[in-house]
Amino acid sequence: MRVQIDPERCQGHGRCYDLAPELFAEDEEGYGQVLVDGVVPPDQGHDARRAVSNCPERAIALLQEA
Amino acid sequence: MTADDRFAEDFRQARADLPLGTRNEIITGPVSDWATDFSHLEAEWAADPYRIQDELRQRCPIARTGRFGGGWLPTRYEDVAEIAYDTERFSSRSIIMSNFRPPRELAPVGGTPPISSDPPFHRDARRLLLPAFTKSAVAGREQATRAFCHSLIDTFEGQDVVDAARDYAQHIPVRVIADMLGFPPDDGPRFREFIENALEGVNLPPEQRLARMEQLFEYLQEQIRDHVDHPREDLTTYLVNAELYGQKLAPSHVAGTMALLLIAGIDTTWSAIGASLWHLAKTPADRGRLIADPALLPTAMEEFLRAYAPVTMARLVKDDMHWHGVGMKADDWVLLSFPAANRDPAQFERADEVVIDREVNRHAAFGLGIHRCVGSHLARMELRVALEVWLERIPEFSLADPAAVAWSTGQVRGPRALPVRVAPR
Repeated sequence: MRVQIDPERCQGHGRCYDLAPELFAEDEEGYGQVLVDGVVPPDQGHDARRAVSNCPERAIALLQEA
Repeated sequence: MTADDRFAEDFRQARADLPLGTRNEIITGPVSDWATDFSHLEAEWAADPYRIQDELRQRCPIARTGRFGGGWLPTRYEDVAEIAYDTERFSSRSIIMSNFRPPRELAPVGGTPPISSDPPFHRDARRLLLPAFTKSAVAGREQATRAFCHSLIDTFEGQDVVDAARDYAQHIPVRVIADMLGFPPDDGPRFREFIENALEGVNLPPEQRLARMEQLFEYLQEQIRDHVDHPREDLTTYLVNAELYGQKLAPSHVAGTMALLLIAGIDTTWSAIGASLWHLAKTPADRGRLIADPALLPTAMEEFLRAYAPVTMARLVKDDMHWHGVGMKADDWVLLSFPAANRDPAQFERADEVVIDREVNRHAAFGLGIHRCVGSHLARMELRVALEVWLERIPEFSLADPAAVAWSTGQVRGPRALPVRVAPR
């Protein structure tokens, strides 16, 4: 699983880095950024899903990978 | 040109060339039909806007009014979101629905940038503010905020009943924003008057409103001049020195942004803290859960923000158009009710219930789209710290007199009187 942020939609609400700080961080203006390569470790699955389901702009995608 | 020159004269003169804007007849009194005559300034709305909005969502779902010179009230999440995202057809040149429309020439800057600004200017004005309001930037204020909350509760010593809105919630954002702007901490009571005028005095005669607005800008000008003479590490000095397009900001931009930060940062957060404490005072089960499991507070707080979202914004329609079955005219108001959006059952399960461990919560309390509240990270810090300190110091409390709880009218909703019974301290 990987997470992705659509920078066109992100408005810097910061729900992703509040809820999943291992996966997301703020940039210098408060917009969300995916940490490292966005690969979600098995123990971070729940946090990743919460970030997706609490983003008011629906800017985060969770991509299933084979 | 030195900074001194910019602020030496009354910079409001710069606006004297603009047309005056338009005024309409002020209509007050009980609402005849909420679908065709709504007013967010009447007592019935203040007492319970949710019942009214829920009913409108089923009946209309876009209500209208002839008051304020004409306006619309969408109540579905989908419609509120669409308008928030549509800056082409809806302007932010005034975001407080009143009986006065500023001249069109004021766009795209507006009187209080960036909240009053439209693209493309909006983005550049907003970028000036963003770094000061990131989560990590505001984290630096947490310790002082916590100490201040404790000092407020210390003053409750010996009292059985305290006012959680007036004696606690109100003071927290006043102190935080005064610190950020570098204003004297004792000026708090003056801010109250400015805010009341801007947000609640909407139906006062325009002359009276303008005269009070003048007082705010005179106060800001004093503060700006003091900062020009004595620069320091705060937002006022930052704005005085800030540049856009290779030039220092226009004096009206500096003062307008300061007015915004002062007005938008106070009533809103005060309301969020007050409404959360009101809920906890009357809901012992939720209070008990949060005391047993403090780690739940950040999730519960988001639910309070959803269910009791304090802020409603406004837009002005740019041109005549048909929009989702209604005929909107140029310069009609649109009341953008994030509280109504947040209780739309099409968007939220159990929308009318407060579920403090709600897992899926895409609430719009801080707005949607390019105008997302610049101070949201600051507000969340203040709300969390205010609730943590209160629950730690006063785990047991209840409404002293439910009938004495009074809610504000207008676009910022929160308790303005909230007597609670606390165990003797």
